[in-house]
Amino acid sequence: MIKAILIFNNHGKPRVSKFYQPYSEDTRQQIIRETFHLVSKRDENVCNFLGGLLIGGSDNKLIYRHYATLYFVFCVDSSESELAILDLMQVFVETLDKCFENVCELDLISHVDKVHNILAEMVMGGMVLETNMNEIVTQIDAQNKLEKSEAGLAGAPAHRDAYIFSN
Amino acid sequence: MALKMVKGSIDRMFDKNLQDLVRGIRNHKEDEAKYISQCIDEIKQELKQDNIAVKANAVCKLTYLQMLGYDISWAAFNIIEVMSASKFTFKRIGYLAASQCFHEGTDVIMLTTNQIRKDLSSPSQYDTGVALTGLSCFVTPDLARDLANDIMTLMSHTKPYIRKKAVLIMYKVFLRCPEALRPAFPRLKEKLEDPDPGVQSAAVNVICELARRNPKNYLSLAPLFFKLMTSSTNNWVLIKIIKLFGALTPLEPRLGKKLIEPLTNLIHSTSAMSLLYECVNTVIAVLISLSSGMPNHSASIQLCVQKLRILIEDSDQNLKYLGLLAMSKILRTHPKSVQAHKDLVLQCLDDKDESIRLRALDLLYGMVSKKNLVEIVRKLMSHVDKAEGTAYRDELLTKIIDICSQCNYQHVTNFQWYVSVLVELTQLEGTRHGHLLAAQMLDVAIRVKAIRKFAVAQMSALLDSAHLGAGGPQRNGICEVLYAAAWICGEFSEHLQEPQQTLEAMLRPKVTTLPGHIQAVYVQNVVKLYACILQQKEQAAEPEAAQDVTQLMVERLPQFVQSADLEVQERASCVLQLAKHIQKLQAKGVPVAEEVSALFAGELNPVAPKAQKKVPVPEGLDLDAWINEPPSDSESEDEKPKAIFHDEEPRHAKPRPPEAEEEELARRREARKQEQANNPFYIKSSPSPQKRYQDMPGVEHIPVVQIDLSVPLKVPGMPVSDQYVKLEEERKHRQRLEKDRRRKKKKDKDQKGRPRRHSMLHTESDEDVAPAQRVDIVTEEMPENALPSDEDDKDPNDPYRALDVDLDKPLADSEKLPVQKHRNAETTKSPEKEDVPVVEKKMKKPRKKEKKHREKERGKKEKGKEEKEGEDLDFWLSTAPLPAEAPAPEEPGVDAVIAAAKEEGEEPRGAGQGDEDGAEDAERNPEQKSSKHKKKKHKKEKEERTKDKKKPKKQQPPAHVQLLPPRRELLH
Repeated sequence: MIKAILIFNNHGKPRVSKFYQPYSEDTRQQIIRETFHLVSKRDENVCNFLGGLLIGGSDNKLIYRHYATLYFVFCVDSSESELAILDLMQVFVETLDKCFENVCELDLISHVDKVHNILAEMVMGGMVLETNMNEIVTQIDAQNKLEKSEAGLAGAPAHRDAYIFSN
Repeated sequence: MALKMVKGSIDRMFDKNLQDLVRGIRNHKEDEAKYISQCIDEIKQELKQDNIAVKANAVCKLTYLQMLGYDISWAAFNIIEVMSASKFTFKRIGYLAASQCFHEGTDVIMLTTNQIRKDLSSPSQYDTGVALTGLSCFVTPDLARDLANDIMTLMSHTKPYIRKKAVLIMYKVFLRCPEALRPAFPRLKEKLEDPDPGVQSAAVNVICELARRNPKNYLSLAPLFFKLMTSSTNNWVLIKIIKLFGALTPLEPRLGKKLIEPLTNLIHSTSAMSLLYECVNTVIAVLISLSSGMPNHSASIQLCVQKLRILIEDSDQNLKYLGLLAMSKILRTHPKSVQAHKDLVLQCLDDKDESIRLRALDLLYGMVSKKNLVEIVRKLMSHVDKAEGTAYRDELLTKIIDICSQCNYQHVTNFQWYVSVLVELTQLEGTRHGHLLAAQMLDVAIRVKAIRKFAVAQMSALLDSAHLGAGGPQRNGICEVLYAAAWICGEFSEHLQEPQQTLEAMLRPKVTTLPGHIQAVYVQNVVKLYACILQQKEQAAEPEAAQDVTQLMVERLPQFVQSADLEVQERASCVLQLAKHIQKLQAKGVPVAEEVSALFAGELNPVAPKAQKKVPVPEGLDLDAWINEPPSDSESEDEKPKAIFHDEEPRHAKPRPPEAEEEELARRREARKQEQANNPFYIKSSPSPQKRYQDMPGVEHIPVVQIDLSVPLKVPGMPVSDQYVKLEEERKHRQRLEKDRRRKKKKDKDQKGRPRRHSMLHTESDEDVAPAQRVDIVTEEMPENALPSDEDDKDPNDPYRALDVDLDKPLADSEKLPVQKHRNAETTKSPEKEDVPVVEKKMKKPRKKEKKHREKERGKKEKGKEEKEGEDLDFWLSTAPLPAEAPAPEEPGVDAVIAAAKEEGEEPRGAGQGDEDGAEDAERNPEQKSSKHKKKKHKKEKEERTKDKKKPKKQQPPAHVQLLPPRRELLH
C-alpha cells in the first residue's frame, strides 16, 4: 500500500499532498514537515530510500526523488517494491511532463487539481491502478475533452484562465 | 429571476479562480495568513450562491487551501453539493475535495450514499470512475456496507476502466465491511484471469494486500498465482505475485520447493532489476522456510548471494542499498555464504552514503567470528574517530558493543582486549551512550572472573584520569562510565594495586559535580575500598597508616553529606558516622578491619533480569487477597492506619459506638487530629510495627518466608540450562544459609557469630568453582505464557483481523450482500434513522429461520470442502513443477458458484424484488430461488447433492484418514 504521496519544493512548501490514510490536518502538516526535514538533508548522490521512524510505524519507508526544485516522496509499506515505486514515480513525472508539456514547479502550483486528476488515474486509494503511461494519458485526455464539451455550453469560470495563465 | 441570474454571472466575473488564488498568495508573502482568511471569507460568500459553477470554483480553491493546512471541514456540505452536480467538471472537483478532506468522522458523509450510488451506475464511465476514486479515499463502514453490492456489480462492468477501479476499491470495502469479503471473493478471484491486464493487475493487487495480512486463507490460490507467475509478462504483476509467494512460503514449505525453479529461471532471464531483486528476496524467504536437508540448497543460495553481490557492486546507490538489505536476510540463516563477501561489506562501511553504511553495519553483526572480531572492531574504531560528533558515531558505538557482546560474548576470546576497547571508547566526547559502556563494563567485570584484576586496574585508571569528570554532567554523557568504574573498583578492591590512590581519587572534591546517582555509588564503594585498605594495613601491622586512611575519610566525606541529592546525603552521613566510630576504636587500638570488611562479605552473582518474575506463587497464597480486612468505603483516609493497629489502641477504638452520629464522628476526628498535631511525640508514643511483628507468635509461618524455603526456584516446563540450574542452586543455597544465619543470630545474640559467618563464606566459595574466563550465562527468560510475538501480532484493533475468514467455505444466505434495490427503497424513505436497524433485522431474519439447517449443512460441507481443497492443493504441490500439467487448481465447489452467479447476474436484478429474502438469494446463490418454499426444498436437495458430490469423488469415504500419511511423506 502507498500511504501518502507528497510533492514539496526545496523549501518544504507543499505542492501536492495526497494521503491514503486518514490523518488529522495537523498530523498531515507535521508529516509533510518531518518528511521534508528527513529528505532535504540528504545528499544528492545517495540512495532514494529512507526507513525507520515514519508515519505509522517501522513497516513504512520513504521513497523519494529530487527533480530540479521539487521533491517527490512516496510513503509506502513493505508490500511495495522499492524499485517498482521508483519506476512508478518516473511514470508519474513523465506523465506530468506529457500533460503539461515540460512540466515545472509553477504548473504544479497553479494546476494542483490537474495533478490530482492525473494521480487518480495512477494510484487509487493507495493501490497502484495503472502503470502504463499511454493508458493514463488517454484517459486524462478523454476527461479533458469531456470537460471542454461541458464548458462549451456555459463557459465555466474554471476555464477562464486557459488563455490568461501561461506556463 | 433573470435579473438575479445576470447579477450572478456578473459577480462571477470578479470571482477568483484557483490560479488567481495561487498568484494572490504568492504576491502576499508578508501577510499570507491575512490574505488567505480574506479569501476564505470570499469563498464563503461564493458558496452561498446558487450557481453550481461558482460553488465548484470555491470548492476547488478550498481544496488548495486544505493542502496548505487550512481546515475546510466546515464546507463539507457544499462539497457534497458540488459532488452531486450533473456536469463531470464539477463532479470531479467535488469528489476531489471530498477525497482530500472527508474521513470517518465527517457526519454529512451519510448523505452521500445515494448520490454515490447514482454516480456508480451513471452511463458515463468517467462519472463512475470519479466516484470510485473519491470513494476509495473516504469510504466508511456504512458506505461500504451500503455500496458493496453496487461495486461488486461494477466488477463485471463491460469497460475495463471501470472494472479495474471497482476491483481495486473492493479492498477498501473489505477493510471497512469485512462481511463483504466472502460474498465478493469468488468474483474477485475470477478477475485474476480477466482478459484486460489492468484489471488483472488490480485483482492481484487486492488479493496480495489481503493475503499479506492473513496468508493462510489464500494458500489455496497458490496454483492460480503460480500459473500467473509463469505466464504473465507484466513486471508489476509479477513483482506483486512474487512478493505474495514470499509471504505464503513460510506456511507451506512444499510451495517453496515448487517455486525455486521458476524463480531461478526468472532471476536468470529478467533484465528488470526490480523483478530480479524481488525474485531473490522470495528465494531467500523460501530458503529460510525450508528446513535444512534440501540437497540443492546451496546452489540457490549461491545464486542469490552472487546476484546480490552484483547489486552491491553497482554504482547505483539504490541497488547497493537493497542488495545489502537482502543480504542481511540471508545472513540470519546462512551466515557462511555471506561471510565470504566480507570484503564487500567492509568496503561499504566507507561509503559516503550513511544509509548504506548503516546497512553494512547491520551485516557486520553476523559476519564476525572469533578470528576476525579484533580486526573488524579495529576498523570500526577507526571510523569512530572519523565520525566526530554525529549520530552515526553513536550508531557505530552501539554496533561495536552489539557485535562484541552478541551470544554471550561468543566471539570474544580475549577479554583484556575487550575491556581495553571499552576504555578506549570512553574517550568519546559527547556521546549519548555512556550508560551502554557502563553496563558492558559491569557485565564483563562481574561475569568474567578472570578479567577482574585487569578490569580493576583499568577502571582505577579511569577514576584517576581527569577528563571524564570534566565538562559537566549535562554536556558529557560519558561520565556514566564512572558509575561502573567506581563500582568495579569498590567491589573487587582486593585486586587493586594501589587502593589508597584510588580511594583518594574517589574522594576528590571534583566528584561532587557528577550526577547524584554516580556520587551515591562513589560513596558506597569508598567504604568497600576503605575496608580493603584497613585490612591490608592491619595485616601489615601499620596502625598509623590505617588511622591515616580513617582520617582521610572523616575529612573528605562531609562534602558528600552536603550533597543536594538525597541518596548521596544519606549514604554519606551513614558512612561518615561509621568512620568516626572506627576512628574512636582505632584510637583505643582495637582492630577493626575484620568487622568493616564483614559489611561487604559474600559474593554477588549475576541474576537473570526476569528471575524475580519467574518465582512461582506458592499454592494457597493469593497475592490479591487482603491481609487485613479491607477498610470500608465510608472510612476516611486518616482512619485507615488506625484500623491496622486496632489492638494497640483499645481505649480509642473499642468504646466508640459504631453507629456514632456523623457529626460526632467528625468532631472527634477533628479533636484527634488536633491532638496529634500538637503532640510532637505522637509517632513515637505508639509501638513500632516491627517490634510488634516480632513479638507476635508464629513469625516463622508468614508466607514470605515460605516462598524461599519450600518452592524450587524453577519454572516447570521451561528448558533450563545447566548453568541456570547451578545458578539457582547457589542462590537457593545462599538464601538457605542466610535464613540460617538470621535464625542463629536471633538465638544467640551475644556471640554475633563471626566464626559462623566465616564458615558460611567458606562453603559458598567452595561451591563457586568456576573455570577461568568463564562467562556466567544469564539465561534470558521470558515470563510464562508470553511469547515475544504473542501479543504484538494480535492487536485487538487490527482492522485486518476481521478479514481473517475462511474464503473457501460456501456462502451462507445470511452472508449475501444487501441488494441494491431493496436497500435503495429503504434509504430513500429515511436514510439516517433506519439505516442500521433495518440491516440488522434483515441479517437476522434468515439467520434465525435457518440456523439449525445451516449449521448442519455447513458442518457437512466444511468437512467435504476441507478434504477436497486439501487434496487439490496437495496434489498440485506434489506434482512436478510443471504448472500446465497440473489439473485445474480451483476448487470445483467455488467454481460452480461462480458459474452459477454469472448466469444469475444476467437475470434482471429486480427479479426477487417483492420478496426480501428472495432478493438476496437471487443475487448470488444458484441453488436457491426466490420463493421461501422452494428454498427449503432446494436446501434439502442441495444437501443431498453435496453428499452425492462427495461420494463419487472420494472413492473411499474415510479417504481423509487414509490420505494423510502419504501427504506427510510428501512434505520431506
